[in-house]
Amino acid sequence: MLFVDEFRNPELIQRAVDEIHALADPKREYRVMEVCGGHTHAIFRFGLKGLLPPNVELIHGPGCPVCVLPMGRIDDGLELAGDPNVIFTAFGDMMRVPGSKGSPLESKARGADVRIVYSPLDALKIAQQNPDRQVVFFAIGFETTAPSTALTLLRARGLSVKNFAVFSNHVTIIPAIRAILESPDMRLDAFIGPGHVSTVIGCRPYEFIVRNYRCPIAVSGFEPLDILQSLVMVLRQLRDGVAKVENQYNRVVPWEGNLAALRAMAEVFEVRPYFEWRGLGFITQSALRIREAFAPWDAEQTMSVPGICVTDPKAAQCGEVLKGVLKPHECKLFGKECTPEHPIGALMVSSEGACAAHFKYAVT
Amino acid sequence: MEFYDKRIAMAHGAGGEATRRLVEGLFQPAFSNPQLDSLSDAAIIEPPAGRLAMTSDSFVVQPIRFPGGSIGELAVNGTVNDLAVSGARPLAMTATFVLEAGLSAEALRWEVEAMAKAARQAGVPIVGGDTKVVEHGKADGMYICTTGLGLVHRNADLGPKRVEPGDRVLLSGPIGNHGMAIMLARAELDIEADIQSDTRPLLELAGRLFDALGPSVHWMRDATRGGVATVLNELARDTELRITIAEEAVPIDDCVRGACELLGLDPLHVANEGQFIAIVAAEQAEAALDVLRRTAGGERACLLGEIDRATISRVIARSSFGGTRVVDMLIGDPLPRIC
Ligand code: SF4
Repeated sequence: MLFVDEFRNPELIQRAVDEIHALADPKREYRVMEVCGGHTHAIFRFGLKGLLPPNVELIHGPGCPVCVLPMGRIDDGLELAGDPNVIFTAFGDMMRVPGSKGSPLESKARGADVRIVYSPLDALKIAQQNPDRQVVFFAIGFETTAPSTALTLLRARGLSVKNFAVFSNHVTIIPAIRAILESPDMRLDAFIGPGHVSTVIGCRPYEFIVRNYRCPIAVSGFEPLDILQSLVMVLRQLRDGVAKVENQYNRVVPWEGNLAALRAMAEVFEVRPYFEWRGLGFITQSALRIREAFAPWDAEQTMSVPGICVTDPKAAQCGEVLKGVLKPHECKLFGKECTPEHPIGALMVSSEGACAAHFKYAVT
Repeated sequence: MEFYDKRIAMAHGAGGEATRRLVEGLFQPAFSNPQLDSLSDAAIIEPPAGRLAMTSDSFVVQPIRFPGGSIGELAVNGTVNDLAVSGARPLAMTATFVLEAGLSAEALRWEVEAMAKAARQAGVPIVGGDTKVVEHGKADGMYICTTGLGLVHRNADLGPKRVEPGDRVLLSGPIGNHGMAIMLARAELDIEADIQSDTRPLLELAGRLFDALGPSVHWMRDATRGGVATVLNELARDTELRITIAEEAVPIDDCVRGACELLGLDPLHVANEGQFIAIVAAEQAEAALDVLRRTAGGERACLLGEIDRATISRVIARSSFGGTRVVDMLIGDPLPRIC
């Protein structure tokens, strides 16, 4: 497969692994955070951890949008889904994520009309096919998925579809990275930057990381070779005592990002003053809400969203895991009360979630 | 008698004239065989010498027709395959239909004919069954429940107890086609790919293996729901041994692989309807592979991995570049991933 097989080539991979071993100074530790859940998933799926020297540690960051969504937002969504006139649509990722009264799949089993869509445009199509029902799209994701939600809202307005609304839970990556960098228990040496997000926002927004925190970052693709090459890049920077933003994924990521996508997002969304992140608490200017001009398609403005707040179970340590302070198996609930079949935290649900990835793939 | 009705109605399950029309006008002519034709309360079967295998299954697939097959064909092949991987040849089967009122007779006729054809191909008479009709909206068109009775091959002796460290893991062919065909046929995902279900009888492939190397075949299972990963995990659990597979050995059609990548699914978790895993003694593994590859439909059979003892029994996949990962059971249904 083009763009897949060449990035799984055993020889090239061996070369990158050798270089990482050569670069890693045995006298010190390296803590590299991969911000993006897609990377976490790939690292486990391809068993990359086992190829690295023991002093190069990969920390799984907050980049799974499902994992950072507070339970209350899921409950809010499911309240909407409980209305028999509503068709509730969401990505497959969301279906097993537990709210305080169960997951979307469980709501579906209880009779709610919950449907998996692959794109918000599919949700819009469902609205057009069911003019007498209200269709709600539960939007999640970073800048990776926000543009497609924006385009869908532009289209909904263009076609005057009246029975379609978006419940926006879009978040933005930069404030999350900043929150981690400012967290008092933070101790990271470098970042592997999120590839898909960067196709939209480009590389420039990461410059504050190198400027203010002198932390190297390489924006990375998702194949094994991509991730290893990115590690080589940041280890080289650390060896040379420099910090810059490098673009390993330049076959896909333009330095300036995707201007058309950014324009669509700017037209439809504005930044929320604050938003709650699971495990990270409230972060200012870290999420997107729908602008007034699109109010008729905003579930938060047209439907009654209860605004439920749920505190996570006390023993759950999702926050510490998200920040890289604890490793998943160090959480008190890991593998006991909290398993992929009976998840307590979202990190155990989404296949991108650090806990699920650890549980499923880690060879201990 | 002729079955001329256009749609299924409650009356077709009520036992009266309409039921008779359905049974004698549609089921009986399609499945015709001496036991069924007597239309008695039970089919009488003369037990042959040897061990019998019995299995039952229910089929509730949506949509009922999909690229490469349909529920009727699946109902026969699924049952035949459960017998085949138990080392048995089918002697007879029964089929029970749960029909939703309003189902078009045309759709039912199609499935009955698909079943009759699959049954003829597998050489198994459908000797009895039952029909129930439920109200409109209470079922997805139709469900089929089957029971199969088979005679176990004299060479076959299968079970987790017979699996030993050193044994090899064989796979009968490319995986993931059925699950992906169904997922794409549900048309919720709007992905166009030419993927056909692999529903087919495994009788011939399994039979040849038992004929040639019966005692060396230690364990066998078809990799249906939950895919190869789930079957191997069950085996690891039952034997308390470790199974290591070579990721690059797994045969996967390009379009299946592409669709899985796109949806974020692990092909090892995707359902199959025409593939089995066989555990074979190490010294006969090459011979077994040879038998499979020389049997029609087994051309892409492969040596998937091997079994050994370890402190923790689990399934491990090794990538071509030496990375390893744990292959887990499927939890719930495979769901497409987005972000
Ligand atoms: S094991 Fe469960 S509760 Fe603990 S951090 Fe992971 S998801 Fe949260």
